[in-house]
Amino acid sequence: MAGHNYTHDHEEVEIAPPQTKAIWKTFYILGAITALEFLIAFTIHTGPFKTSIFIGLTIVKAFYIVGEFMHLKHEVKSLIWAVLLPCMFVVWLLVALLIEGESIFMVR
Amino acid sequence: MAATVTTDSTEVFDKKSWMGGVEPMRVSYGKLMMWFFLLSDTFTFSALLVTYGLIRFSFPAYDPAVHGAFQFSDLYWPIPEKVYNSVPFLHGVDLPLVFVGIMTFILIFSSVTMVLAVEAGHRMDRASVEKYMLWTIIGGFAFLGCQAWEWSHFIHGTEKGRLITDVLTGDVRTIFGANLTENEYGPAAFADLFFFITGFHGTHVFSGVVLNILIFYRTATGLYARRGHYEMVEKVGLYWHFVDLVWVFVFTFFYLV
Repeated sequence: MAGHNYTHDHEEVEIAPPQTKAIWKTFYILGAITALEFLIAFTIHTGPFKTSIFIGLTIVKAFYIVGEFMHLKHEVKSLIWAVLLPCMFVVWLLVALLIEGESIFMVR
Repeated sequence: MAATVTTDSTEVFDKKSWMGGVEPMRVSYGKLMMWFFLLSDTFTFSALLVTYGLIRFSFPAYDPAVHGAFQFSDLYWPIPEKVYNSVPFLHGVDLPLVFVGIMTFILIFSSVTMVLAVEAGHRMDRASVEKYMLWTIIGGFAFLGCQAWEWSHFIHGTEKGRLITDVLTGDVRTIFGANLTENEYGPAAFADLFFFITGFHGTHVFSGVVLNILIFYRTATGLYARRGHYEMVEKVGLYWHFVDLVWVFVFTFFYLV
């Protein structure tokens, strides 16, 4: 076996066909949402309504990236909650400090 | 071999076991630790974005009824689409948010090629892992290049600049672009937050590209084929998707809202 190449051992293994349908579907969804955000940015007047649409669409995008690309949707429940719960407390911090910022504005 | 289960005469390698023989949360040690690292990184980025929200809310918002036609001013927080309205090679054309949109698509696309590399890894398809890792690396560099241009444009400013009156000396002069203390586009804090948030994200993209190159190299030299699994691609993939995820939030809260 003088001329035997070690990488050769592994190339005999049969390679299964790719399963990429779900990946591309997720990509199209993310692309469509981004395009929609772009459209909304120039068609709807600035206000709480527009802001809430943007935040809603961002959460949808985050769901697809974390759930499908990062595969969290298919992990066990304890891991899902271990990641999600701390993030929910961040939302609390966000709201609290936005109110704080508003009152700084009022005092100024 | 650290994780081995020894029975009477045979030694069985158990990939699924941590040292004690069980796998908490049914993921490998490395993946779980990556998740927790990303969670801590989430806190850092949240802190930056929450700071942005706090400071923005403490400044007056632009109101056409009060301030008239929009122009760059210290008096109110600027509208992002008036600040980020340039695209390379299209000088003087008003294209609000187009370039940021392109950057977003580049990052989402490189996320897709990353997940395709992970999928190819599951099938032990070394050639495809190499191909998709390479595309992911190219996407990362493309994004970094765009960000470099964006920063350079932001720092150098528009042609007209903005007239300011120095508070201390009363001198009137024109400033161009932004740095940490002066900002053509609005309050100095706006530029500071731009530099910190996109800079911190850009640093993450950069380290992600470095990790991707490492993974590509180790795939190309056949390390993972010999090891029998491509889990490292998955772990670095998690990091890379996280970088994409952060950009989704930066895009919304910095550029759109």
